[in-house]
Amino acid sequence: MVPCDEQCNNRCDGRYGECFDARRRLVRDMSGVEGFMYPNEVELQWSVLIVLYPFLTGLVAGAFILASLERVFQVQAVKPTYRLALLTALAFLLVAPLPLQLHLGHPERSYEMYLTPHKTSAMAMFGFVYLWYLMAVLVLEIWLDYRHDIVVLSQSTTGWKRFIYRLMTLGSSNISPGALAVDDRVGWTVTLIGIPSAFLLHGYVGFIFGSIKANPWWSSPLMPVVFIFSAMVSGIAAVMLLYMLMTWSRKETIDMRCVDTVASYLFYIFIIDFSLEMLDLIHRIYEADESFRSLDFMVHTKLYMSHIVVQIILGTVTPILLLALTQVLRLGEMARKRIYALAGCLTLIGIFAMRWNVVIGGQLFSKSFLGYTTYKMSLITREGLLVAIVLTVLPLAILWVLVKLLPPWPEKHSGALPDATPAH
Amino acid sequence: MSISRRHMLLLLPAAAVAWKHVLAGTPESAPNYTMSQHWWGMLIDVTKCIGCGNCVRGCQAENDVPDGYFRTWVERYHVTDYDIENPHVDSPDGGIKGFPPTKEEGGKNFFVPKLCNECADSPCTQVCPVGATFISPDGVVLIDKKYCLGCRYCVQACPYGCRFINPASNTAEKCTLCYHRITKGLTTACCESCPTGARQLADLKNPNDPIHEFLKSHSVQVLKPYMATHAKVFYNGLDGSVR
Repeated sequence: MVPCDEQCNNRCDGRYGECFDARRRLVRDMSGVEGFMYPNEVELQWSVLIVLYPFLTGLVAGAFILASLERVFQVQAVKPTYRLALLTALAFLLVAPLPLQLHLGHPERSYEMYLTPHKTSAMAMFGFVYLWYLMAVLVLEIWLDYRHDIVVLSQSTTGWKRFIYRLMTLGSSNISPGALAVDDRVGWTVTLIGIPSAFLLHGYVGFIFGSIKANPWWSSPLMPVVFIFSAMVSGIAAVMLLYMLMTWSRKETIDMRCVDTVASYLFYIFIIDFSLEMLDLIHRIYEADESFRSLDFMVHTKLYMSHIVVQIILGTVTPILLLALTQVLRLGEMARKRIYALAGCLTLIGIFAMRWNVVIGGQLFSKSFLGYTTYKMSLITREGLLVAIVLTVLPLAILWVLVKLLPPWPEKHSGALPDATPAH
Repeated sequence: MSISRRHMLLLLPAAAVAWKHVLAGTPESAPNYTMSQHWWGMLIDVTKCIGCGNCVRGCQAENDVPDGYFRTWVERYHVTDYDIENPHVDSPDGGIKGFPPTKEEGGKNFFVPKLCNECADSPCTQVCPVGATFISPDGVVLIDKKYCLGCRYCVQACPYGCRFINPASNTAEKCTLCYHRITKGLTTACCESCPTGARQLADLKNPNDPIHEFLKSHSVQVLKPYMATHAKVFYNGLDGSVR
């Protein structure tokens, strides 16, 4: 028998020596389990790797949409980030399936999703969406955009580099103005198709969660929309940061017109994203269905730090306010750079926290709404923290290789790309 | 041909495995079983359950369920007065060893056995990316363990918490209504071991099954009807507080 304490609300009058309010049960702790959970629910099914998966695909979709601004919507100001955004999208897209593979009980059977997909499964169809986006959109667009450079490099380099570039030409070395014009037209069309594809890619990730009717934390038609906008936010922030970092490391001047434009897009899309999340929140609070008390309690206890503090205050409201400052005040260049860097970092932290709260938060409460469990993250296991860190850093390493191989901007010092210019 | 000690050590485990297969023999065939003639479900009479845990033990023994995981379990509810939205529920070790005496006073206590609800529109089947989980023509949700990826999407999709990942096979697992038994004319292990008849296997396609008469004359309910899964595990005497 547990005595009543201050956690007990006025629903409990102590008559029975036991309180029946959900909050009251939390004083019983059974190695991380509080209250009642169905016996098979105690262990979390999806780990930090599944948090990484929507985070990485979100960066892909966001980066691509930023790239499409220049190509399709002719926003010339963001041109310096165009190629970098494409390469960033590719680097992250190549790593995105790895957390899923590592998480599977039988990764050696994952190819079955392509051979015998179950057509009613959101997860099965995602495999095709991923493949479509990777092969038919991103790789094709990058190849078309870089084809001129690749051909030039295949002729100007020597050794293994020459071999790689020759492979990358795919046997097509025609870089006549006519051929490049065709490349440009096809590339434009691919980008045009790529925009809805990028929406589909990450909206679909949202749908994987949002379509689970058994889980009220996930089950929402707004989920795919929120995922799309949060993806755009994270992708734009990541490319903005990478552009600033790479330009600084190359000892070049940051194109402030470009960064200002990217930051303004980040600001406006962030407002839409935040509004959607608040709409979802307000709807839940006002509707207050049977799951509400359980979810509300979770947000105020187990998810308080990651949801309220990190996601909303630190990762959403703060960067929005910082970006708003740059829109309202006439700040100097250095101040703007610092604000953009800080806002970008906070944004990425906030979006990661959002993915964490969706994936992990959705598993911390019982489907009976009578109890809660705890996520115990391991360190060196297959689904542990160390692997998650490696998978977070890996896309950056791939990006480094890609940037070396396919410089997004004319190299002045290394001479790796003698006369490289964008093909369009 | 001489066999060295090293070869002998290598051969012994293989021989042991082979011998085990010989001992196991050929599975009993069920020549008279036609899947399309059956539509399996279960009837659970909450008013008869005494929380002895026999069903959980029977299931564990029959299906070699790993410790800490449950194909079936029993929950004990304590509901005070009108406060049905705040039941006090416990299920120590799934109820496998029965329940300790309750310390709750007042209100009502009752036991609720749980198992896979064999939904006709099962969310777990819907989400399986490779179709490793499927509904058999006789209405039982089954898992092909040689096909399951272990992605755990089905575990997330089950509204009743009936699925788990078997740590030995790394594949999804759940109650199969003892499919290996019912296709041979036997009942399930849990029904077999229930001393009060609180669990009754039901063939909904069999017009002579007593389930039909029972459903006509009793108020029965399924768990979480708002999930619209067309569950085929029917509960008699189910309290509104049960989740």
